[in-house]
Amino acid sequence: MILPVIGLLIGILAGFFCPLFIPVAYAKLFSVALLASLDSVFGGLRAAAEEKFDNIIFISGFFTNALLAAVLVYVGDRLGIDLYYVALLAFGLRIFQNLAIIRCYFLKK
Amino acid sequence: MLTIKQGRISIACVCMVLGFMLAVQFRTTQDSKSSVSQQRVEDLSERLLQTEKERNDLQNEINELKKTSGHEMEVKAIKDLRMFSGAMAVEGPGVIVSLDDSKSISKAGENPNLYLIHDDDLLRVINELKAAGAEAVSINGQRLVATSEIRCAGPTLSVNNVRSAPPYEICAIGDVQSLMNALNMRGGVAETLKVWGIQLNIRQDANVQVPAYKGSFQLKLAKAVSQEGENK
Repeated sequence: MILPVIGLLIGILAGFFCPLFIPVAYAKLFSVALLASLDSVFGGLRAAAEEKFDNIIFISGFFTNALLAAVLVYVGDRLGIDLYYVALLAFGLRIFQNLAIIRCYFLKK
Repeated sequence: MLTIKQGRISIACVCMVLGFMLAVQFRTTQDSKSSVSQQRVEDLSERLLQTEKERNDLQNEINELKKTSGHEMEVKAIKDLRMFSGAMAVEGPGVIVSLDDSKSISKAGENPNLYLIHDDDLLRVINELKAAGAEAVSINGQRLVATSEIRCAGPTLSVNNVRSAPPYEICAIGDVQSLMNALNMRGGVAETLKVWGIQLNIRQDANVQVPAYKGSFQLKLAKAVSQEGENK
């Protein structure tokens, strides 16, 4: 449990001191990608809790989910379909689901 | 306590990436919030453009209105000038002065010219009328303008290069009372002319007609002075 927290802290510190800046036009895509990543991480935690964790599925899911979400929102923007909210809703629901399951496992043990 | 047995390293790595993304997103949101919000800026610029457009429209309207009102003023000014200069026939209250040569026969040894109407007699009458505030004057239907001459041309009189023989009729528009008084004052022009037997008849008229100047208004040599010169 300590290792992921340490990784998170390192990432946050790196993000704060990195001069990277998201242009306003891509802020929407990035936020959706972030949400997808969050979902993946919680999904991974849940899998780990369920002891069904698969390294490859987890890593690939993390990156493809994030990229796919961004691409979908981008395409939706071009086509005039606001897929942003769809992605938001879907990932949001899944995050809450995953969190609930994680909480269950957390309380059981 | 939840324990992760598998894939600790990968979860840690992914968490690092997630943390990075979180931080970047956080910073971006913070920046866009602190910079008066992009939305607000767009809103304000939009409104500015709209207001500027409105202002330009109003400016155009003002210019148009100015143009039209200026046009009207110009038309009025032109009309006034035309009336004043003699390009337009005018009418109004005034006097009609009729002058004719003396009927009395000149005595022997006297200059018969004294019994005839001369240009200076007419000039004196007209001068008197103008001094009394005559606004428009004509002699035998010739409107007196700025370039009008009154001079003897043999037995006739030339006004505006048009000759006419006695009797002369001078029409003048102005305040009737002051015109009458100016002509009839003691020792004035009427009295002097009567000494020589020249027939002078002054008639009041509520509607004296003064015709327009029939010549052309072309200037061959005179040029308008530039505005700066005028102001000096």
